[in-house]
Amino acid sequence: MATDLHRQVNPLTKETTDDAAVRVDSLTRSFDGRAVIDNLELTIPQGEFVALLGRSGCGKSTLLRVLAGLDREINGEVLVPRRKAVAFQAPRLMPWKKVWRNVLLGLPGSPGREVAEKALEEVGLGHRSDAWPKTLSGGEAQRASLARALVREPDLLLLDEPFGALDALTRITAQRLVSDLWQSRGCAVLLVTHDVEEALLLADRVLVMDGGVIAHEVRVDRDRPRDIADPYIADLRTQLLDRLGVEAPEAAEVEKVA
Amino acid sequence: MSPVLLEPVVPLSARRRSVPRWLRRTTGPLFLLLLWQVCSATGVLPSDMLASPGTIAGTASGMIQDGTLPHAMLVSVQRVLNGLVIGGIIGVALALASGLSRLGEDLVDASVQMFRTIPWVGMIPLFIIWMGIGEAPKIALIALGVTFHLYLNVYAGIRGVDAQLIEAGNSLGLGRWGLIRHVVLPGALPGAMTGLRYSLATAWLALVFGETINADDGIGFLLNRAREFFQTDVIVVCLIVYAALGLLADFIVRTLERLLLQWRPTFTGK
Repeated sequence: MATDLHRQVNPLTKETTDDAAVRVDSLTRSFDGRAVIDNLELTIPQGEFVALLGRSGCGKSTLLRVLAGLDREINGEVLVPRRKAVAFQAPRLMPWKKVWRNVLLGLPGSPGREVAEKALEEVGLGHRSDAWPKTLSGGEAQRASLARALVREPDLLLLDEPFGALDALTRITAQRLVSDLWQSRGCAVLLVTHDVEEALLLADRVLVMDGGVIAHEVRVDRDRPRDIADPYIADLRTQLLDRLGVEAPEAAEVEKVA
Repeated sequence: MSPVLLEPVVPLSARRRSVPRWLRRTTGPLFLLLLWQVCSATGVLPSDMLASPGTIAGTASGMIQDGTLPHAMLVSVQRVLNGLVIGGIIGVALALASGLSRLGEDLVDASVQMFRTIPWVGMIPLFIIWMGIGEAPKIALIALGVTFHLYLNVYAGIRGVDAQLIEAGNSLGLGRWGLIRHVVLPGALPGAMTGLRYSLATAWLALVFGETINADDGIGFLLNRAREFFQTDVIVVCLIVYAALGLLADFIVRTLERLLLQWRPTFTGK
């Protein structure tokens, strides 16, 4: 696999080769003395699709930012591939650049427009390559952002609630797109989300973050495409919701009666 | 069932746009001009107080034919351009220095803010002492006025760039220079254009001040000489020229904005 070089996110600049895409060892990140990430361990093998769940403010987005190299005020050891890409919740396209220029932004050398068009074609946005970002719909902008991430041919793709702002129908299409792209690319994916069903439909492994560490882990052994009505998935869903502190409907009913 | 009263929803395109927009915009000024001519013709407005539009038009065509007006305009426009370029370079350079780096901000911003509080017209006596009464003090005055407007707006533009976009640029692997070129400067462009418009207005103002003090050519010189001979028609011609040049400058900036800021997803009015 292509993950040959690792770059540490901490001040030491030791590079090693590894068969994992992410290795995190005793990572701590504090805000004003409060540890949001507290001695966290995490390994993501190459090519694995991992979903990270957690309540609001549990530090899951902070972890993603650390892995992206955007947050470096950390203690501990973090190894990530040199080639990694992020898609944020907001598409964060530069409004002053046409879509195809946004896709190429920051790429080394000066790749031609056809490189961008190919990536846009892959997310079904080839026809909007010459558009201004302001003319894109929410779903289109998010796909452009995804094309911008994929054109970097990442070994690790970090997705920070990328479907959060999309309407229900667009979200389903976008989820399928991510699933297909992951299967054709074979890169490791870390998807931060608060949607349990989304995590179960897409991921090989679902992690729950709580108290600054990975508190719970579920492996999803089902072929894709998955069905949310599948009893196996429904069972995992109840289990995860329970972990997240949301009581299952029956339990809530009982409580109301009592 | 009782019948419901229905009314058609008239499409905007059917209701509006019957008269072209530019024509609609000219009706107001044309009406004022007409009113002025009527007042002069009926004697409500005596000619030694303000000449009539007809007289002024005649004077203007005479001044154009004998070459005094084109020459004066050329001299004045040259002064504005020189001041604009010098002030522009200084203002933008200072704004870049203090906008892009914390160190630059600490070194530059406090001083600029201090000098900014001095009314630049008040600098005229000092400029005359330092630079005499030639072209230099006039251009310096224009440059001074331009510098502060551009500085403030470009600086605010740079600091107003969305931090999320900077972060996105970082995550895409842009270096410091790449961030400045692809994210910070384009993001500061709307502010810079506002600054340019303000500075153009200030530049014409500074020109008027500069030229009414011991000039021997330019529009301001014509204006002063006309005052000595009570030629209200010449004075008005000069004022119209000032206004027209200002309008032209504004038109140029508007065109620039339309070309450079077409990406902006902002409200453009109904």
